[in-house]
Amino acid sequence: MTILVFTVVVAIASLVAGFLGSLTGLGGGVVLVPLLTVFFHVDIRYAIGASLVSVIATSSGAAAAYVKEGFSNIRIAMFLEIATTLGALCGAFLATWISTNVLAIIFGFMLLYSAFLSRKPRTDAQRSLPPDPLATRLRLNGTFPDLGRKRSYNVQHVPAGFGLMYGAGALSGMLGIGSGAVKVLAMDQAMQIPFKVSTTTSNFMIGVTAAASAGVYLSRGYVDPGLSMPVMLGVLVGSMLGSRILIKAETKSLRIIFSAVILVLGLQMLYKGFWGKI
Amino acid sequence: MPATQVPTHQSHEFTPQPWRDRRLERILGNLLRIGVLISAAIVLSGGCVYIYRHAHEPADYHVFRGEPSDFRTIPGVFQSVMNGRGRGLIQLGLLFLIATPIVRVAFSIVGFAIERDRLYVMFTAFVLVILLYSFLGSGLTF
Repeated sequence: MTILVFTVVVAIASLVAGFLGSLTGLGGGVVLVPLLTVFFHVDIRYAIGASLVSVIATSSGAAAAYVKEGFSNIRIAMFLEIATTLGALCGAFLATWISTNVLAIIFGFMLLYSAFLSRKPRTDAQRSLPPDPLATRLRLNGTFPDLGRKRSYNVQHVPAGFGLMYGAGALSGMLGIGSGAVKVLAMDQAMQIPFKVSTTTSNFMIGVTAAASAGVYLSRGYVDPGLSMPVMLGVLVGSMLGSRILIKAETKSLRIIFSAVILVLGLQMLYKGFWGKI
Repeated sequence: MPATQVPTHQSHEFTPQPWRDRRLERILGNLLRIGVLISAAIVLSGGCVYIYRHAHEPADYHVFRGEPSDFRTIPGVFQSVMNGRGRGLIQLGLLFLIATPIVRVAFSIVGFAIERDRLYVMFTAFVLVILLYSFLGSGLTF
């Protein structure tokens, strides 16, 4: 395959990756890494570098729209980012002690279960819970645009969410991918944050987390310019399209897309765990 | 009178607005968009040079060789841009892209400071320090 053909095909695949990544808050790695490694036989280290570029491009490409419309909650993001960065530092240290295969298998089954859980919309009773004192003190509660008007929400179970974010950071430090999934699930399922706020806030956070490790991967020579160029440009266009769609989309259909992508990610994790590759 | 006081009290206590000054969010949104567009323009122009010169060579990423030092460090990237290399330009655009989330975190500190929210200035500063530590300590700068 010539460089020209390769560039065009990777750019198209990246467009899809960026579109799905910005809609779900997961980044584009879920689509890109298996595609590059399985179909194009790209070495996993180049694929990881490209995936990292795609995550930052998804995050930054969609961010402008999400910030302007007032979906992403910067306080929630910054508070939880503390847990994620600490977890990532810890995960890099733990990676030498824990079998990543076993971890990938446990994580894979967890994702399959989460795919089932996250399909269900929240009940009205769950939506109108009283504010949690800790969330109020940390000023995490907020509002977001819903059907043309502002809807307020109360964040629940702050310590559980913080702990899960620590785990998300540790996982990304050990496995390299999959932290976006834990971020969305922690906010949506544990902290009871509205789905659109969860995915857009995760979209912000994955960019920050990826930027933290980008320097290391770039200096190790994982980021190839010829491969990253179509990935970045394709993902940017895809994520800008995705962010326009999310603003207008119904939460119900977003949940279905999210749980489908999570299901694929879970299967990837099991494959990685049992056969030792992504 | 108490009847009218209750809702205002509630809305004050239960729905604190993140960044009451919405103008700041709009400025941040525009800054992000400009940053992303600049990095995309740099990558695109580098990509054109690269494709023009190498379009018909085989794409080979099967074996990991690691990038040469021109594409691994900031001084190396600048050097290769000076030499008119397309791939150097792509790496420069990618460096801009990586910087956007970091700049966003830095601007959030300013936003919280304007709001006099000391707790979140501290939280955000902590995140920024970790970010800068891992970015600058990665061997990228030399």
